[in-house]
Amino acid sequence: MNKLITYEEAANLVRNGDTIMVGGFLAVGTPEKLIDALIAKGLQELTLICNDTGFVDRGVGKMVVAKMFTKIMASHIGTNRETGRQLLEGETEVELIPQGTLIEQIRAGGFGLGGVLTKTGLGTEVEKGKMIININGEDYLLEKPLRANVALLYAEKADESGNLTYHGTTRNFNPYMGAAADLVIVEAKEIVKVGEISPDDVIVPGIFVDHIVYGGAE
Amino acid sequence: MMDKQEMQEFIARRVAQELQDGTLVNLGIGLPALVANFVPEGRSVLFQSENGLIGLGPTPADDNIDLSITNAGGKPVTVLPGGCFFNSAISFGIIRGGHVDVTVLGALQVSEKGDIANYMIPGKMVPGMGGAMDLLNGAKKVIVAMEHTAKGAPKLLTECTLPLTAVNAVDLIVTEMGVIEVTYEGFVLTEYNPYFPIEEIKAATGAPLIISSALKQMV
Repeated sequence: MNKLITYEEAANLVRNGDTIMVGGFLAVGTPEKLIDALIAKGLQELTLICNDTGFVDRGVGKMVVAKMFTKIMASHIGTNRETGRQLLEGETEVELIPQGTLIEQIRAGGFGLGGVLTKTGLGTEVEKGKMIININGEDYLLEKPLRANVALLYAEKADESGNLTYHGTTRNFNPYMGAAADLVIVEAKEIVKVGEISPDDVIVPGIFVDHIVYGGAE
Repeated sequence: MMDKQEMQEFIARRVAQELQDGTLVNLGIGLPALVANFVPEGRSVLFQSENGLIGLGPTPADDNIDLSITNAGGKPVTVLPGGCFFNSAISFGIIRGGHVDVTVLGALQVSEKGDIANYMIPGKMVPGMGGAMDLLNGAKKVIVAMEHTAKGAPKLLTECTLPLTAVNAVDLIVTEMGVIEVTYEGFVLTEYNPYFPIEEIKAATGAPLIISSALKQMV
């Protein structure tokens, strides 16, 4: 099965109103060219699930500047003044989620779990409206699974069947978002033939990946 | 009088003395990140960066930058021999699971019960908590490294007025004025910077400050 598609084809797989997950941590390990393709298509009323909102000129931050989101779920927005402005002026709903909770909600969404229990956020605004469950005498917050219509991921290298490898700190949220979306599109810096990545080195199994676009060098 | 940079380095140098040989440490961005420069000789301390690495090394030379190897501030870094990369689920498993010995963070406010506020000022500045809530809950020891006041306004308080990042989490506070332990009795000053009279340190603290019977000079 050939999973390679063009950026235009990739952008056409995302619809107005979709919830999207985007890999990356401060725009490191983020599918920069897929983001550009979505901006070029002019999609609107999206919900974003991402660790952070990058910068005004890098990562998903460019989509924030293009006002493509009605809701943003992220752990940190402080590096993008436009996200802060949209939040403070009531233009965009922003839900701040502790980073370790966000990744676990995504993991739960992808791996068939009904939620996760964590102490993170107890006694803070994060616990508002959430169930507190006592296990063996200790309180935990119930955090529910998150899923998306589309995940846009980055990989250092993909084979044509979608097996992915990573370099450095680029993996961050990418591996788990690939499990938690109905449709998964990966921007790979390098694409190789099936068999050229050792099974020992695969970080994300190809079964999670629907489509691949060629990212190329910087 | 110390300028801002001297003050920050003074604080970072003192925090570094708390880091024991063989420990895993997570440093927040800003002032806490400076602590890595002052680890006492002979101590092997591993630094974790929550974006997915253990073995944080020095800042790379300009001609040796790999944009895919970054710290939690998104800045290029190096990895020491024996270091490793991992995804965010593993990274926060390490943090929440109690595998980080010490975390050093900045704060807007700390209460005498160890509550900490450091992620937002409603209506003004809302950067978000990032990994701070997980670190505060999971790390075995929490050290706050910060200036004692915000332009004269106390940051050490009986109760935090800003939204909390975590409850009852802070163990130790290091400022340019002194070292303060958070105890069941409240703030205890264990070390002081002789540049500041004790009365001035008390006045700059918005909660009762117990003076330790073993009080010594900060070095």
